[in-house]
Amino acid sequence: MRAYIVESRRESSIMLEIRNLHATVDGREILNGIDLIVRPGEVHAIMGPNGSGKSTLANVIAGREGYLVTEGAIHFDGKNLLDMAPETRACEGLFLAFQYPVEIPGVANLYFLKAAVNAVRKYRGEPPVDAMDFWDLVHERMELVKMDESMLKRSVNEGFSGGEKKRNEVFQMAVLQPRFAVLDETDSGLDIDALKVVADGVNALRSPERGFLVITHYQRLLDYIVPDHVHVLFNGRIVRSGGKELALELEEQGYALYNEEPGRARRAAA
Amino acid sequence: MTDSTQTLERLATSDYKYGFVTDIEQDTVPPGLDEAVIRLISAKKQEPDWLLEWRLVAFRHWLTQQEPQWAHVHYPKIDYQALSYYSAPKKKTDGPKSLDEIDPELRRTYEKLGIPLAEQAILAGVAVDAVFDSVSVATSYKGKLAELGIVFCSFSEAVREHPELVRQYLGSVVPYRDNYFATLNSAVFSDGSFVYIPPGVRCPMGLSTYFRINASNTGQFERTLIIAAEGASVSYLEGCTAPQRDENQLHAAVVELIALDNATIKYSTVQNWYPGDAEGKGGIYNFVTKRGLCKGRDSKISWTQVETGSAITWKYPSCILRGENSVGEFYSVALTRDYQQADTGTKMIHIGKNTRSTIVSKGISAGHGQNAYRGLVKILPTAENARNHSQCDSLLMGDQCGAHTFPYIDVQNPSAQVEHEASTSKISEDQLFYCQQRGISMEDAVSLIVNGFCKEVFKELPMEFAVEAQKLIELKLEGSVG
Ligand SMILES: Nc1ncnc2c1ncn2[C@@H]1O[C@H](COP(=O)(O)OP(=O)(O)O)[C@@H](O)[C@H]1O
Ligand SMILES: [Mg+2]
Repeated sequence: MRAYIVESRRESSIMLEIRNLHATVDGREILNGIDLIVRPGEVHAIMGPNGSGKSTLANVIAGREGYLVTEGAIHFDGKNLLDMAPETRACEGLFLAFQYPVEIPGVANLYFLKAAVNAVRKYRGEPPVDAMDFWDLVHERMELVKMDESMLKRSVNEGFSGGEKKRNEVFQMAVLQPRFAVLDETDSGLDIDALKVVADGVNALRSPERGFLVITHYQRLLDYIVPDHVHVLFNGRIVRSGGKELALELEEQGYALYNEEPGRARRAAA
Repeated sequence: MTDSTQTLERLATSDYKYGFVTDIEQDTVPPGLDEAVIRLISAKKQEPDWLLEWRLVAFRHWLTQQEPQWAHVHYPKIDYQALSYYSAPKKKTDGPKSLDEIDPELRRTYEKLGIPLAEQAILAGVAVDAVFDSVSVATSYKGKLAELGIVFCSFSEAVREHPELVRQYLGSVVPYRDNYFATLNSAVFSDGSFVYIPPGVRCPMGLSTYFRINASNTGQFERTLIIAAEGASVSYLEGCTAPQRDENQLHAAVVELIALDNATIKYSTVQNWYPGDAEGKGGIYNFVTKRGLCKGRDSKISWTQVETGSAITWKYPSCILRGENSVGEFYSVALTRDYQQADTGTKMIHIGKNTRSTIVSKGISAGHGQNAYRGLVKILPTAENARNHSQCDSLLMGDQCGAHTFPYIDVQNPSAQVEHEASTSKISEDQLFYCQQRGISMEDAVSLIVNGFCKEVFKELPMEFAVEAQKLIELKLEGSVG
């Protein structure tokens, strides 16, 4: 009984809460008033044309330097996320799959991943991961994203193709098992097979405890990662929210609607 | 300035943990340099006449020389008359016969430094010769090596026990006239290590020397001579530290390597002399001449160095590739921070046919550190089909430091292939953020990225040294530890 009560409380609790978020980059306002609530177990998709502020939102959530929040708040599990250093946010269970993953020459992928796992464990007061356990986990997750073992020894993202980089992001996510993951256009530039692999990775991690924010430019990904909610971001603001059918609607109409007449889009959102 | 630049600069300042002074009675010659001092040093070491004569010839030549000015380093004029040229721990009796007889205070010093002497040496499989100021105090694991005919002892002992070898090879690679500091060393060198690996013997363990300057106002002028006979091979490790003192101390060593037919010598250095304080006061002047001669065909000499200490480093471990098909390698990491200056690199002199050389140099500058790579690749007319590949990468941390590259290439045979690549980079905010987003702190991210930058060099180091080098770099960048 007790377990049931705890479980139901978790269902209704809020995982990520963004309120009236305004953010500037280089003095220019990019986000102007975003409200978003993600509960555990939910997958939210954010769609929108290029330059609408999708990556900016992802970066603000992850705490990147240079992205200044001028108004509003973000809470993660009730804690003020904006007060935390980027690494603290990560250790609290936040993960960002980057749109453009950076190369780190000379640092082996496996070594990097172990450093990340151990950093999170240290934050939680746990001892460094057992070498065998880590190896088993890595192998299991590698199969999930159909990654070749040789990629473990290669330097982080160095010389990786676009698709390999994206796959590596999903692989890292699968090993780190964050509670909340933001995927920033992880589907861009992928062929259909690679896209399925990425979707499989995400779907395998979907659970009642986890939340996802899937940023995408195309509806295509959402055939494989079926979202609970879809939001349209335009000019730094969520102009429309709906269920998974909204994505299909966008697919038919495109973003032209918003590009041409932002006024109409805002009316539509109202 | 951004937050991460500030953090990088803060990380780039840390304390020197080897800065203690050992309280031990020293037998030190008063400061000053003239022929009488040289005779005194030679007499203290009971040297044969030929060696005294060699020293005196060098000294007379040194008097006619000027200190070189071409390096990209700046320092006040050294007063050579204010230095003491010999300092030795006072011996209770006639000198230690075994490891147990070594002064306990000295033993504690080495323990603090983490040097594996005695049992530790055997466990670690490393034989250690430790040079404390001017004399060699212990050579461990000797018996085992002797069974194989390997000679590993202090230079002084080699002069007594193997005078014919010393006389044959001393100055054969670095002649006494070579350069100002090598000439000075030839006149006043006090001790060092000597290695001889007989034909066909592969030395079963790494041989190691640990240098430490303890006494103040003392120059350290050690001399190392390593000979690998036909088909022999050896891996030699050198480490160095010094106490923290306000005045500068001079270290002018000479290392000569000789590889005969099919012989291989691998020489690794982790140099962590006291670099001076954050304002640039004190620290070691490390003016060292290191050169190897690939005398025989199919011989190979490989230098690997991790230079993190010293106020000034001036050092160019080089290879003379005389034997046909001989191979020279130089792998270097040089880190400068605060007001440290490093002018380091290598010379690859190709003489024989089909000789090959590889140069990988990684310079890291932080704070006000200045790092220069200076390299010469020379292909003589006789060096048919010679090949060289050089790669020089610089990493800048902060905006006050500098990196400079001076590659000299002199090709006198048209069949040669010489390639040179160079790059200068900074740790990018993208890289730091990527690491941080995965939970890795800024400090750990910096060491991770720097270690990645150094990887090609670290992988050339023997395992135990690679770990030490990595830790040292982290320590240098992370702020005080312990
Ligand atoms: N680091 C930055 N510096 C300056 N402008 C930026 C930066 N990042 C984003 N912008 C600007 O912010 C707007 C939104 O960009 P972004 O969030 O990347 O959009 P999206 O991911 O939706 O394509 C664009 O006009 C872009 O030029
Ligand atoms: Mg984007």
